Amino acid sequence: MLTKRIIPCLDVKEGRVVKGVQFVNLRDAGDPVELAAFYDEQGADELVFLDISASHEGRETMVDVVEEVAGTLAIPFTVGGGINTLEDMKRILRAGADKVSLNTAAVTRPELIREGADFFGSQCIVVAIDAKWDDTLSSWFVYTHGGRRKTERDVITWAQEAVSQGAGELLVTSMDEDGEKQGFDEALTKKVSEAVSVPVIASGGAGNQQHFYDVFTNGKADAALAASIFHYRETSVAEVKKFLREKGLEIR
Amino acid sequence: MIGIIDYGMGNLHSVTKALERLGHRCFLSEKPHELEKATQLILPGVGSFKDGMIELEKRQLDVFIKDWAEKGNPLLGICLGMQLLFEKSEENGLSNGLNLLPGHVTRFKEGAYKIPHMGWNRLTFNDPTHPILHDVPEGYVYFVHSYFVNAKERDVLVATADYGGEQVPAVVAKKSVWATQFHPEKSSEVGMRMLRNYVNQKGVATYE
Repeated sequence: MLTKRIIPCLDVKEGRVVKGVQFVNLRDAGDPVELAAFYDEQGADELVFLDISASHEGRETMVDVVEEVAGTLAIPFTVGGGINTLEDMKRILRAGADKVSLNTAAVTRPELIREGADFFGSQCIVVAIDAKWDDTLSSWFVYTHGGRRKTERDVITWAQEAVSQGAGELLVTSMDEDGEKQGFDEALTKKVSEAVSVPVIASGGAGNQQHFYDVFTNGKADAALAASIFHYRETSVAEVKKFLREKGLEIR
Repeated sequence: MIGIIDYGMGNLHSVTKALERLGHRCFLSEKPHELEKATQLILPGVGSFKDGMIELEKRQLDVFIKDWAEKGNPLLGICLGMQLLFEKSEENGLSNGLNLLPGHVTRFKEGAYKIPHMGWNRLTFNDPTHPILHDVPEGYVYFVHSYFVNAKERDVLVATADYGGEQVPAVVAKKSVWATQFHPEKSSEVGMRMLRNYVNQKGVATYE
């Protein structure tokens, strides 16, 4: 049986982990390569790097970071953020990433998913979906541009379309729960997970170890992603995994 | 030096880097006359079986690999590289493989579990004495695949992993030909140890 995966997420800007996050006990607080190694050592099952660079130079630096990380990690890692073309995907994957994550560009032009899947295989293509609940319409809607723009797309319909275009995995972030630390959006994750045949990574809302258990059981998630809870050392990957293992879940 | 067969199927960077970390030099090539100088070969690969065979044939690598293996030289297939060693696959219509190992490649049944089989799964050792498993714990490794091998000979199955009740061949070996369905280079310590066991083999075709 497959294990449930724990995935720390690093926001990387201009080649450094973004400011405002305090990795108190690490020597070089802002170095993504060192942090990647740290999380690997802690037993992370995978890593996600989100490139939030604003400049062209920053994006070029990201390629160097990916190459360096690929040289030190022996676990899979995904790179997302600012990937708009097949060329962008090629550069990141050739640098050593195992998967690329598409968000806004996939919504704008869904064929991009197909192009990537045809060229590299579906296992390389993660589609990230930023979802927000609409009370009036009683449904989740897809947001793009880092959550700034609402689209007309229903999350479940879009999830199914993304998979039919060749997405090998979905990374579903609840904008409602993100940063709230009140737990993942179990209803959202469950609904997406039941609607598609590919693995679903839940993101947004992790506040404690129990939240991971809940999203794996009630939320039917295959993997759970978290950033601040790990960055701020509120818990560690190793502690979360120990907790889940003791609760009887299959964990590496 | 270790030769990595470059036939245009997928990311070879992580395999190269993993070998470097183990302290081994390696080279990438698509040319049989260069690859034949290697001490050991690795056939990696992601993507479809049919495309994989077409790319191998284009470069006359199919004939070369078969010849290499039949002479008892060490070969390690990884992921698609493992599947290509078998007789045929039903991926995108039936197509022939390298036929070094007996068995067919079939798709996971729809509905019972998620496809692809993607993530960390625990190995069960069928042949714990095989040299690829030397000092390797019966732990978790990282899989990504939608098709799996139906091996005809049970004694090629060195290790398997249970996925939805299906005993998925994870490590297979026959004489000098070894292969893993999972990615050892992405499987942390467990995978790295297996890679090390492969590259540290003494001489050529020492294991029968």
